[in-house]
Amino acid sequence: MKVALTGPIRDALGGLASIEIEADTIRELMQRLEDRYPALAPLLDAGIAVAINGEIFRDRWGEVIPRHAEVVLMPRIPGG
Amino acid sequence: MSHDASFTNQKFKVIGTRVPRPDGIDKVTGRARYGADATAPGQLVGMILRSPHAHADIRKIDTSAAEALPGVKAVITSADLPDKVGGRRDMLDILENCMARGRALYDGHAVAAVAAIDAETAKRALKLIKVDYKPLAHVTDVDEAMRDDAPIVQPWVRTAGGDPNKPTNVAQISQFGHGDLDAGFAEADVIIERSYKTEQTHQGYIEPHACLASVGPDGQGELWVTTQGHYTFRTQCAALLGMEVAKLKVTSSEIGGGFGGKTHVWMEPVALALSRKANRPVKLVLTREETFRGTGPTCSTSIDIKIGARRDGRITAALATLRYQDGAFPGIWGMLGAMTAWACYDLPNVKSVAYDVLVNRPKVAAYRAPSAPMAAFAVESTVDLVARELGMDPVDFRLLNAAKEGTRASYGPTYGPIGIGPTLEAVKNHPQMKVKLGPNQGRGMACGFWFNFGGQTCSTVNIGVDGTVNVSVGTVDVGGSRASLSLIAAEELGVPYESVKCTVADTATLGHNDTTEGSRGTFSSGMAIIFACRNAVQELRARAAKMMDVPVEDVHWENGQAVALGTQHSNLQPLTLAQIARKSPQTGGPIAGHNEVVADGAGVSFASHICDVEVDPETGQTRVLRYAVIQDAGKAIHPDYVEGQFQGAAAQGIGWALNEEYIYGKDGRLQNPGFLDYRIPVCSDLPFIDTQILEIPNPGHPYGIRGVGETSIVPPLAAIGNAVSNAVGVRMTHVPMSPPRILGAIKAAR
Amino acid sequence: MAGVHVSTTINGDPVEFVCQPGEVLLDVLRNRIGLTGAKEGCGTGDCGACSVTVDGRLVCACLVLGAEVEGRSVTTVEGLASGGELHPLQRKFIEHAALQCGICTPGFLVAAKALLDRNASPSEEEIRYALAGNLCRCTGYDKIVRAVQAAASELATDATRKSGKASGSKSGRKSTKKQVA
Repeated sequence: MKVALTGPIRDALGGLASIEIEADTIRELMQRLEDRYPALAPLLDAGIAVAINGEIFRDRWGEVIPRHAEVVLMPRIPGG
Repeated sequence: MSHDASFTNQKFKVIGTRVPRPDGIDKVTGRARYGADATAPGQLVGMILRSPHAHADIRKIDTSAAEALPGVKAVITSADLPDKVGGRRDMLDILENCMARGRALYDGHAVAAVAAIDAETAKRALKLIKVDYKPLAHVTDVDEAMRDDAPIVQPWVRTAGGDPNKPTNVAQISQFGHGDLDAGFAEADVIIERSYKTEQTHQGYIEPHACLASVGPDGQGELWVTTQGHYTFRTQCAALLGMEVAKLKVTSSEIGGGFGGKTHVWMEPVALALSRKANRPVKLVLTREETFRGTGPTCSTSIDIKIGARRDGRITAALATLRYQDGAFPGIWGMLGAMTAWACYDLPNVKSVAYDVLVNRPKVAAYRAPSAPMAAFAVESTVDLVARELGMDPVDFRLLNAAKEGTRASYGPTYGPIGIGPTLEAVKNHPQMKVKLGPNQGRGMACGFWFNFGGQTCSTVNIGVDGTVNVSVGTVDVGGSRASLSLIAAEELGVPYESVKCTVADTATLGHNDTTEGSRGTFSSGMAIIFACRNAVQELRARAAKMMDVPVEDVHWENGQAVALGTQHSNLQPLTLAQIARKSPQTGGPIAGHNEVVADGAGVSFASHICDVEVDPETGQTRVLRYAVIQDAGKAIHPDYVEGQFQGAAAQGIGWALNEEYIYGKDGRLQNPGFLDYRIPVCSDLPFIDTQILEIPNPGHPYGIRGVGETSIVPPLAAIGNAVSNAVGVRMTHVPMSPPRILGAIKAAR
Repeated sequence: MAGVHVSTTINGDPVEFVCQPGEVLLDVLRNRIGLTGAKEGCGTGDCGACSVTVDGRLVCACLVLGAEVEGRSVTTVEGLASGGELHPLQRKFIEHAALQCGICTPGFLVAAKALLDRNASPSEEEIRYALAGNLCRCTGYDKIVRAVQAAASELATDATRKSGKASGSKSGRKSTKKQVA
């Protein structure tokens, strides 16, 4: 599936707008990102967010990624 | 048990009613206990010595005279706060901000602290501490800090992807967007470019930071503190002091306002370290001046905007370059500005580039929808200019370009159902839009966006033997959330609101809860309470089945009662929650439900504001005549407190737009660290603030709740900027639009 | 430094305390008497969170010395309710959701009561200027002004009803005088 990259995650991979990667869950996605893109390690360690069809997830490993879903990696957002 | 968080569009009985808040009487009688209102036997008074320099090497700190003063029980410096976090940079930054480590990085940076038997002795002890400073060159302006010859704030900082050998003040560059910008601008009939500046503001909570810390020689400790997140404070304090998490109990006091400023630890680790050294409880309360100089304001910024549009009113390309200063430590505040800048619009070609920049100012903290108001000021001001250039009504122009369900947001994902369009329609139909304006008066409107989020949450529901209900939550109640959360428990269990008592639990009582930030309090604790109540209902059904001697599958929960369904049970009377509770000692003991959840699925929120002002052309003084807030709440659980959030956020934005700013002298020192010179809006400055709550359900919450607390601080800077610009006939590009700035702009245009 | 012995009346009760000559009334109330309802938001008279009345006059307790209240009568937020009955301002603040975090509420209540004691039916503008010395960062003042208006109107109704029975008595003022005396 296509995973879109934004912000610091895109910059860490030299400006790539998206990557192809297969994963059924958020946990699989994280593991494969870590294996394939060592440059992402510090960002993944600090924590990122995954938007699946527009819904933003932070720590829910078990969340299933549906086929043909829109997947976007984005920074975590704090609030005030 | 796992539960479905999807919106179900159920009919509500008590949700949406305006009930009295449960902590009301305590707060109108002076009984409520805030950060500074606690005492402990044998407590000492803690005080902090702060740097008078914007930037200085600390060559030596001599504490011997202070230590020798009778009544002084502990004196600490950074030597008493060694690195216990293994060099982890983000944690070390927090520690270094709590107490300077060899270098003072801003005016007001803590350099030493004392604990003494009373305030007089502590003050005298501070004067006896001798600090040998070597002043260094400093920089406090964001644009100056980016120049090649600027003094370097943090020698270890390198821009990611930049020259690894070159120290810099640019801690991070972040880019967001999609499409082809060049093609988009080539397609445009009209292109407008403008640059903007916004000055630094403070959250300005009326309660300064305060805590009471107690640590024993056995490593056990307690902390009573005014905070938005006592679990986060526990985690951070324990890590910084090398304590075990379970042995540090943190209790959140009533909190006298936070707005993001109480999401970070500031002096709490210092109070704990003083207590540990003295082996006595230490109460540490900051003064207002310390709160301004030493705790996190939001960023000052410098922003460039470029928008291209076709004659038919469609925006073809949009570019934002944002420079945010983070104070003396790296942050992500510019990045958030870049993510939020264009979120209101449906744009084919869009880009934002953010620079997070270090300066010699206090460490920036979150401030209500952090970073979004400044970006919105720049974007929404330029949007008005483009509409004018096209000869279009500014509301119609925004409606034509507004994001909607299916729009790809400028920060990446695609929107579900959202409320920007409906808020703009409401603006068009608002009676204020038809009020005729007089001389020197102007009307402006603007839109705003905030993400909201959920995060880790847990809650416990305990049913009392008399059928009343205790709800324990871990999200701090800053603005009345205990009322909303009690309503949710009452709704789920089918009991009266008055039967529910909601308490914010200490860290020893519940599992970790993320901080009350990101407008998550009612969204996330509401979700955990719904699920905890549903678990309790399962147990209530089981107990009722025992009482009725029927299989549990036959027992249903309806309107707060257990009902045995089926003709064979038609002789059985329903059992109320109170009846089941009364027999709980015989049917298996106490009845409870609990839930632990990562409350993802927060719904984004949009607002549109309308503002009418009158500007005195002689003095440059602006008066807000009328103000209206329209915001999507998803679902308003307690409408009074939703309106209160809208009004309070608007008032903070009005202060930011017109008056509030940190003023630094050439010496790098803050010149106005007090409410007299840092002037927040007072009662006579403001009109009544009209509110309109829209309810576009969030599909990711059972009740459709979105966060409501933050979004409405985003539009005011731009709404007022547009109104003032329309009143004086000159585009305002610098916030705050204080009288001298307005007069200056009028003069420059002549 | 030698302490100063002070005899005074606080919320109608006789109170004696010893304080330092330079100690402000706010610290005396909070640290010596145990009345923590008045809050310190600034310590410089800018925020009004420590509003109390001394002989009926509204002051910032952070700008008055403890020693200055010798022989006077101090009223704090803790003295507004009579027994189990809340003052109408207190009730209206709850009913109108005029507080969020609540840290400024004690000061606003004391200041609003001082206003209504001298002007039983203030206009919106009079309310806004009378409360301009009290900062609130949560509410935008909207619901606070409405709560004060509602309390004023209730007190006026009460006064009319009572004056119908016993002519000449103004209940709002009378109750204040009792506390001051």
